[in-house]
Amino acid sequence: MSAHVKPSKLIKGATGDWEVVVGMEIHAQVTSKSKLFSGASTEFGGEPNAHVSLVDAAMPGMLPVINAECVRQAVRTGLGLKAQINLRSVFDRKNYFYPDLPQGYQISQYKNPIVGEGEVLVDVTPTEQIKVGIERLHLEQDAGKSLHDQSPDQSFVDLNRSGVALMEIVSKPDIRSAEEARAYVTKLRAILRYLGTCDGNMEQGSLRADVNVSVRRPGEPFGTRCEIKNVNSIRFIGQAVEAEARRQIGILEDGGTIEQQTRLFDPARGETRAMRSKEEAHDYRYFPDPDLLPLEFDQAFVDALAADLPELPDAKKARFMAVYGLPAYDAGVLVADRETADYYEACVLAGGARRDAKAVANWVTGDLAAAANAAGASVAQVLTPAQVASLVDLIGDGTISGKIAKDVLALMLDEERDADPRDIVERRGLKQVTDTGAIEAAIDAIVAANPDKVEQAKAKPTMLGWFVGQVMKSTGGKANPQAVNALLKDKLGL
Amino acid sequence: MTRDLTRLTLAAARDGLLAKRFSARELAAAHIAAVEQARALNAYLVETPDLALKAAEDSDARLARGDARPLEGLPLGVKDLYCTNGVRTTAASRILEGFVPNYESTVTAQLWRDGALMLGKLNLDEFAMGSSNETSAFGPVVSPWRRRKNGAFDDARIVPGGSSGGSAAAVAAHLCLGATATDTGGSIRQPAAFTGTVGIKPTYGRCSRWGVVAFASSLDQAGPITRDVRDAAIMLRSMAGHDPKDTTSVDLPVPDYEKSVGASVRGKKIGIPKEYRVDGMAAEIDALWTQGIEWLRAAGAEIVDISLPNTRHALPAYYIVAPAEASSNLARYDGVRYGLRKPGKDIVGMYENTRAAGFGAEVRRRVMIGAYVLSAGYYDAYYVRAQRIRTLIKRDFDIAFHAGVDAILTPATPSPAFAIGEKGAADPVEMYLNDVFTVTVNMAGLPGLVVPGGMSSDGLPLGLQLIGRPFEEETLFALGAAVEQAAPKIELPDAWWAS
Repeated sequence: MSAHVKPSKLIKGATGDWEVVVGMEIHAQVTSKSKLFSGASTEFGGEPNAHVSLVDAAMPGMLPVINAECVRQAVRTGLGLKAQINLRSVFDRKNYFYPDLPQGYQISQYKNPIVGEGEVLVDVTPTEQIKVGIERLHLEQDAGKSLHDQSPDQSFVDLNRSGVALMEIVSKPDIRSAEEARAYVTKLRAILRYLGTCDGNMEQGSLRADVNVSVRRPGEPFGTRCEIKNVNSIRFIGQAVEAEARRQIGILEDGGTIEQQTRLFDPARGETRAMRSKEEAHDYRYFPDPDLLPLEFDQAFVDALAADLPELPDAKKARFMAVYGLPAYDAGVLVADRETADYYEACVLAGGARRDAKAVANWVTGDLAAAANAAGASVAQVLTPAQVASLVDLIGDGTISGKIAKDVLALMLDEERDADPRDIVERRGLKQVTDTGAIEAAIDAIVAANPDKVEQAKAKPTMLGWFVGQVMKSTGGKANPQAVNALLKDKLGL
Repeated sequence: MTRDLTRLTLAAARDGLLAKRFSARELAAAHIAAVEQARALNAYLVETPDLALKAAEDSDARLARGDARPLEGLPLGVKDLYCTNGVRTTAASRILEGFVPNYESTVTAQLWRDGALMLGKLNLDEFAMGSSNETSAFGPVVSPWRRRKNGAFDDARIVPGGSSGGSAAAVAAHLCLGATATDTGGSIRQPAAFTGTVGIKPTYGRCSRWGVVAFASSLDQAGPITRDVRDAAIMLRSMAGHDPKDTTSVDLPVPDYEKSVGASVRGKKIGIPKEYRVDGMAAEIDALWTQGIEWLRAAGAEIVDISLPNTRHALPAYYIVAPAEASSNLARYDGVRYGLRKPGKDIVGMYENTRAAGFGAEVRRRVMIGAYVLSAGYYDAYYVRAQRIRTLIKRDFDIAFHAGVDAILTPATPSPAFAIGEKGAADPVEMYLNDVFTVTVNMAGLPGLVVPGGMSSDGLPLGLQLIGRPFEEETLFALGAAVEQAAPKIELPDAWWAS
């Protein structure tokens, strides 16, 4: 896999170049109404311990019952990762003591996960795509939460999350830079969101990453890795990779060796610090959970889920390029988010017509995205597809210029919210002046008033711009720029 | 007293209530009185007379309007491993001292659904780990049986077996009409054999485990202990059934087991496994087994010799699998959410103090064995090999059943009951050997029924075990009834324990 090392990916050390090798374990909370093995709600927030069943609290004699919806979500995710779906998988117990782990073990899948090998295509830049291998995906229970800030001498436990279903998605060590690491998580999150199997909300902890980092000289075998636990934003993932790679290179260049460790990333200080070493690692005493039979389903179950899968980012991007003639870059930006992609398509096809797809893409990824960003909203919350379509149509049919369109957009974001751009243009008299008579009259007046400028323009044709500006000013910006240009050239004899 | 209602079988009490020969209240009151007088046996950990009388009144109302359910008004004891809503449940462990569940186990809920009522919670070995009921944190149960020497009883207090020692002693001493029990390696069948009662461990998956404190999940099964085979059949019908809350329970219809009692056993093929003739087995056990064979032959069954070659590996393999699962199942008793908590300097100190104070020696031993056999580097050598042996044991039985064997007859235990303190003090393995004939059945997930067969030379009961095909409990009830019919009646000593 390491045959082609891109020089741009390498990190310059004091003694030469280094390559960073990254593999990731993503914990993605399954979108489901109830927990993996109990009927309790998975709703985020809520009073502590409001969503706790007898099973989640590990009361004596309680037994887990697998939630079929979580199984379907894991299979759908596996299909989205083009992965092997295992028709038989096994739940194991991972044994350790912790106050927020009521059973004293986590039910997970150890040797026989529900999903095997797959792959994700990652666009690192508009022109660079890499393939990241998926090692496996398995289902497991989330733990509860220990609260250490509620009392000076006691810790409290909130079991609302206890037993919520997680998918642990393990990548192969195919990632070679902080940038690739960020792009991988971004793409994986997009796929999960398209599938509706995880909301990808990193602030609420629905998506967390354990990042395995090692460094090596290009072409050499893998170095010793350190695992950075629970990184909770894409930006931090990039920073953590960067910081950890620098730390390891520093040690190696000073003649030291890397100790296999579990580490934490401190975003405030931009560095990782040791949590526990290999010697302190737990012996989890995994064994098959005797309360649960092996999880078995048939190919027909998988096929039915596959048939129902939505169009995923890669396919949508290819279709946008083929059907709408979009450049790869535009298509890539649009499909990064399913809502945006759907919105874009609704704009292109609004009212049963099909309009200039590239023009729509420019609006959606340009001014609209900026407006949405400023408002902290999604593009769909800013304008309706009908409004966008109408705006683009007004430009297309020459009713308004692109410049006026931006003014109309500003109005729609403010006092003209929910209005049809065509009405706004009509009511406010923003229609482009294409009547050559009116434009000619304006030009004649300006030419007559500025004989010196006319002379200058004859010697220096770029002076034309000054005249265009004057004409637009006198027509309130409504004159059709093409018409103004043509008529001016004619009048000035350029 | 002209009649003692506690002398009735469960079936006779049912029929008597239906015939209105006595009321449910009278029946309950007679048992409550018996329980109160028998505290010397230490069979009950909790007595619930008020609940019993209240339920009996409801039953009388139903009986009066001809609306009786299958177990209407029948007083039962419940092994304290079953969680009972609003009634203290301890698994006979300090670690659950004061624990009152707000839920009812599926099996007991089904008994109450069918009209039965609860007299109280019965003693057991702590977390069902033991073969003599001596590991209970609340003291041993004393068997109502006594050794006889030269025609006189001696004073030695005899164990009722374990872990369902409270259930067996209570049934034997007429402190309830029947009792729930559980069986992980013989915990229903060995105490039944020791107390001259009937016990059945049904096929794994026949009864729900939901709400029963877990010992070893892949081996645990609920079942009844009663005074005769018919009563066991009646109780099991109510206890069995599919439960969506236990995914290892099986969705098969529950037959009317009582119909099998008295059914002909003519032509049934009974396997006699030569490997059960173990070294050092008492001659009287061997003689009992031979007697059992003759009774079944006389009833028309065909006797065939079979081989279960992996039998000798069963006990060691069991004592790996069961502690492994137990070590994990008991991890939840950590002092954080319920039960005992002993503070420590930090969280680990709290765990250590709580578990050291809360678990008895046998439980601690098994938790440690279990953690050891699952630990990195030992897992393959112990746990994986034990599971492989388990597969081989199952296959031994499969081969026998495939060859047409309907059931297998063996002794229930290698010896009669012993005195409290007599066994296992120096070497726990001595105690574990009690399970040598019963653990194979749990390892293979099969049904096993124990019925009394006779008496030892010193006057203690001896039991015979019938092992059946999966989910063919009916065959066992038919065969068990045939043995019961043929066997001599054994007489319990007078109520020496009554205060």
